[in-house]
Amino acid sequence: MPFTAPPIETRNLCKEFGDKVAVADLTLTVEPGEVFGFLGPNGAGKTTAVKMLLNLISPTSGEGRLFGAPLDDPGIRARVGFLPEHFRFHDWLRADEFLALHADLYHMPHDQTRQRIPELLDLVGLTAHTNKKLREFSKGMLQRIGLAQALLNKPELVILDEPTSGLDPVGRRLVRDIIRDLRQHGTTVFLNSHFLSEVEITCDRVAFIKHGKVIRTSTLNELMVGELSVEVRAHNLNSEIISGLHRWCGEVRVDGENLSLTLLVEANLATINRYLVEQGVEVYSFSPQQVSLEDLFIQIIGTDGEL
Amino acid sequence: MSTFTIARLTFLEAARRKILLAALLLGLLFLIIYGLGFHFLIVETEKSVGNNNLLQLNEIRNFLLMAGMFVVNFLTSIMIVLTSVDTLSGEISSGTIQTLASKPIRRWEIVMGKWLGFAGMLTLYLLLMGGGVMVIVFLRTGYTAPHPLRALELIWLNALVLLSFSILGGTTLSTLANGVLVFGLYGIAFLGGWIEQIGSFLPNQAASHTAVNIGIITSLIMPSEALWKRAAHELQSPLVAALGFSPFSSAYYPSLLMVVYAALYTVITLTLAVLLFNQRDL
Repeated sequence: MPFTAPPIETRNLCKEFGDKVAVADLTLTVEPGEVFGFLGPNGAGKTTAVKMLLNLISPTSGEGRLFGAPLDDPGIRARVGFLPEHFRFHDWLRADEFLALHADLYHMPHDQTRQRIPELLDLVGLTAHTNKKLREFSKGMLQRIGLAQALLNKPELVILDEPTSGLDPVGRRLVRDIIRDLRQHGTTVFLNSHFLSEVEITCDRVAFIKHGKVIRTSTLNELMVGELSVEVRAHNLNSEIISGLHRWCGEVRVDGENLSLTLLVEANLATINRYLVEQGVEVYSFSPQQVSLEDLFIQIIGTDGEL
Repeated sequence: MSTFTIARLTFLEAARRKILLAALLLGLLFLIIYGLGFHFLIVETEKSVGNNNLLQLNEIRNFLLMAGMFVVNFLTSIMIVLTSVDTLSGEISSGTIQTLASKPIRRWEIVMGKWLGFAGMLTLYLLLMGGGVMVIVFLRTGYTAPHPLRALELIWLNALVLLSFSILGGTTLSTLANGVLVFGLYGIAFLGGWIEQIGSFLPNQAASHTAVNIGIITSLIMPSEALWKRAAHELQSPLVAALGFSPFSSAYYPSLLMVVYAALYTVITLTLAVLLFNQRDL
């Protein structure tokens, strides 16, 4: 099997603006085909990091590579699509002209461009606005056309900086579907976001960044493993049955007919359920609770809000 | 090539923002007014000096042509700075540059593309305006200046110098600061040129020398006025040139070396612009 260089690889990437450190020491690798979430509070250095990847900002020190090529190699960006955070475009262009311009900058052949533009406008739901000037676009529409622009060249790596910040729920669902679709086609996605629910749904792996440093990288599955909690609603509970639960559960809380249990091993869920039924308890609902990414975010990043 | 894509985009922007239309309409208005003014002045002159006094008639024709070209040079200079002063700094501050520069494009291609786009526009503008003035004078009287093409080339180079400088400023300065800088330098060069011209007539040798030196130094800082002075010399009728004084030119005109210097100045300014833009965080 030929060696394929990772789409993104950075080592000790650092950016200082004067005496302000925006990115302190960024070391990460994004593997081919994965959807990588880059999480962190506002001002943590996410956008600066992304801009370094695209050579919009040059690092103070450290090194980065896209598909094995140095960041300042312009040729490599032919394989990359990018949607900036503050998507501001030449608003005197029409939607189709805007896409044609950027297709030219990708050096796409004209017949390919002609075919690709309607395809993309359809994908982002802007077909009806093909001939409209971007000046007349709403914020959400601009974000959609920006997304289309980032997909023109059928990139192998798509870098999205807060792609849903200006979108309504319909638009967010659209972005999510597009990301899912990209993953199915083996495209690598680097998603900068502080919309945790979105990251939770779309990402394979996440990195938490704070003060310009990655403080934890983990697959989403690994993150979600840990303590499990179950909410049970049941009749005919008594203290004997409840104390019997301590065999599997760390913590048992009772509030009328509501039971809150925490346990460490997922396999015990079935055992507990069977135990309750065998003890003559009428179980109305038995719902395991996932620890949300938001809880984890707060846990890992902290709530200090100090940046 | 991406340079041409950016040049095309620059043209398209000027067209879409009605800059081309405004320049064209006002240019035509200028030519109409110039043509009418020229016509009436020539009619009056012919009445007073007579149709046969060709020597005197040609002096008047030359003077009016020079006046027209003086305004054309001034307008071309102002137009090129006004239109280009915002092109890099504006795109950087609005963020539109980010989608451009993150494409497989080199930074110099953005700088050169913009330069090329504006250079194309100013060439068309100068041909319309300068060519228009010369054609009006020729059609009405059959008069042509001694070296019209050389004069146009020098005015063109003057505009390219200003364009390159405003592109250079745009790589690091804000739009307003850049405008202040370029117009400031243009003003200094203008002032230096007049100090040199008037000073050269001073009876006091030392003072005259100082004035000329001031002119030389300012034209090294910004060669725009020097290029006009030489363009004016190329347009000047031999008689006035021999007399050595008119409002538009003087006996002292910049040498060919100054033209070479201005060309080099443009190349160096552009190179510097590319280097600075390469380092610029967008």
